[in-house]
Amino acid sequence: MFALKHVGHVYGSRLVLDLPEHIEANPDEKWLLHGPSGSGKTTLLHIIAGLLKPSQGSVHIAEQDIYALTETDRDRFRGQRIGIVFQQFYLLPVFTVLENLLMAHYMAGVPQDKARVQQMLATLGLAGREHAYPSELSFGQQQRVAIARAVVNRPQLLLADEPTSGLDDTRSKQVLDLLVSSAREVQATLVVASHDHRITDSFDHCITLDEQVELPA
Amino acid sequence: MNLFKISLAYIYRRKLNTLLNMVLLGLGTGIVVVLLLFGKQFEENLYRNVQDIDVVVGAKGSPLQLILSSVFHVDVPTGNIPLLEARKLAKNRAVARAIPLALGDNYRGYRIVGTTSEYAKHYRAELVDGTFWDAPYQVVIGAQVASVTGLAIGDEVISSHGLTAETASDKHESQPFRVVGVLQPTGSIIDRLLLTSVETVWLVHEPHAEEGDEQDRHLESHADEDRARDVLGLPMDSEADAEREVTSLLIRYRSPIAAVSFPRYVNKETKFQAASPAFETTRLFALLGVGLEVVRVFGGVLVFAAALSIFVALYNAMKDRRYDLAMMRALGASRGKLFVQVLLEGVLLTLMGTGLGFVLGHASTEVIGAWVREAQHINLTGWIILPDEFWLIGLALVLGSVSALIPALQVYRTDVAQTLVEVS
Repeated sequence: MFALKHVGHVYGSRLVLDLPEHIEANPDEKWLLHGPSGSGKTTLLHIIAGLLKPSQGSVHIAEQDIYALTETDRDRFRGQRIGIVFQQFYLLPVFTVLENLLMAHYMAGVPQDKARVQQMLATLGLAGREHAYPSELSFGQQQRVAIARAVVNRPQLLLADEPTSGLDDTRSKQVLDLLVSSAREVQATLVVASHDHRITDSFDHCITLDEQVELPA
Repeated sequence: MNLFKISLAYIYRRKLNTLLNMVLLGLGTGIVVVLLLFGKQFEENLYRNVQDIDVVVGAKGSPLQLILSSVFHVDVPTGNIPLLEARKLAKNRAVARAIPLALGDNYRGYRIVGTTSEYAKHYRAELVDGTFWDAPYQVVIGAQVASVTGLAIGDEVISSHGLTAETASDKHESQPFRVVGVLQPTGSIIDRLLLTSVETVWLVHEPHAEEGDEQDRHLESHADEDRARDVLGLPMDSEADAEREVTSLLIRYRSPIAAVSFPRYVNKETKFQAASPAFETTRLFALLGVGLEVVRVFGGVLVFAAALSIFVALYNAMKDRRYDLAMMRALGASRGKLFVQVLLEGVLLTLMGTGLGFVLGHASTEVIGAWVREAQHINLTGWIILPDEFWLIGLALVLGSVSALIPALQVYRTDVAQTLVEVS
């Protein structure tokens, strides 16, 4: 579902990412971006999400070279094909749960489907919380809303950044299961960036990233 | 979800700040609206009074004073002109119509104007009750005089010498007037006057009048007869005419060409002066305009402060909102969409403030209007909308967009990935 070709990225004079080989992922696969903090996991995740143009190489998603698109087209492409769960969730605080999910429809330029949103909230055990504001929800509920928002547009790619950090074993397992089942339901490729060793077994593919390398002067 | 809803949600989120901006802008535009309404209606009132009066001829002196005394009835006359001379002027080829005025008395501060029924016709003041005078000592009262003093047909009016209640010296108690007619409201100066015949004013002021001498009776006895009338519509009396005077003549030209030649003739060739009401009113308005200008600038300063305040509010809001904005981008929103959203927020804020200003402006004009309607010459109302106000809305929209422009550009330029790693 995605293909990375020679992707590398440089911040100033720091080489933060260097993937020499071709990497190709298929639908329904589960990928882990693994490495210690500061190894460029988030950078790679942003690059795959179309949020950060890499210094070198190309990113293909569903046969589309996303960095060949104009920025506006790429924004729309991302909205419709890629769901992202950020570590901090970034739920919009001034909108209700329902509005946060409808926002995903609206910003991606697809029809706003209230029925689908309600049904999703019900499956995630959030029925009755549609009109609550994010600040009124527990951490776990917020995380479920963030996941729901990421898959509400039936993306082909579901990205999650450090979804288990700071969670105990049970909670961490629950979140991972939810991500896996949500991805399977919409037949999306799951990509999780994490330094958490507890979860490595749940993935069938792994990209291991090392410490950053200083560029030779 | 749509941009409108999103903008309103964020505006609502900053209730206090929004309130501050609305009040600032509301006060600013409110002041401008009051000025527009006030200025326009004041001007209209002034010009309604001078309508169709091309020139006023009276005794020499200040032309503004002549207009103020003979048209607006707020100043003392410059003096009188002999009736015989007045007749000559009225017969001038340039003159289509001349209405004589004889001033000198008041009733409780309302002026008594000796004139002909032409004067009421000129202001299109129809009688709502009674008739016009057909004998001396009969008066027809303006609508405001009737409503404020409570005078009605048949009531006696004891006039005082002088033009205002304060300066009035002695009362003409032996010669009460009788109300014979009441005029409809016109919104012009005539609402505040008591009209009578010129003969009445002569009788009141002639030296022997108080004893009711021969001449007095002579005039009275002829009241109902078809006596010879002059060009001004005044009775001809070969013996007395040489002594008689009127205060001024309100003149309408036969053709516009006279506007150049007639005043020059009057001012150069006679002992009188000719003053143009339109010109003097414009001059008066220009004098008052300075004061209005100061208030207008003050309103402008408030509007500017409001714009600045909206700019600061949005600028800070965008800082607080940078993760929201980055998330919207992640959800698929383009830079352009977010730019428009922020701009819309600024425009909505200014529209809300301007809306408040309109309500404040119209309401306070109406309140001021209700207050001065009784006391002043001005019929002021808040319940009209002027074309200029639409300009003001346009201006507010521009202002809103401009104050939102920098915050919106900032949002447009923001790098999403950069913003998202800031906290990661």
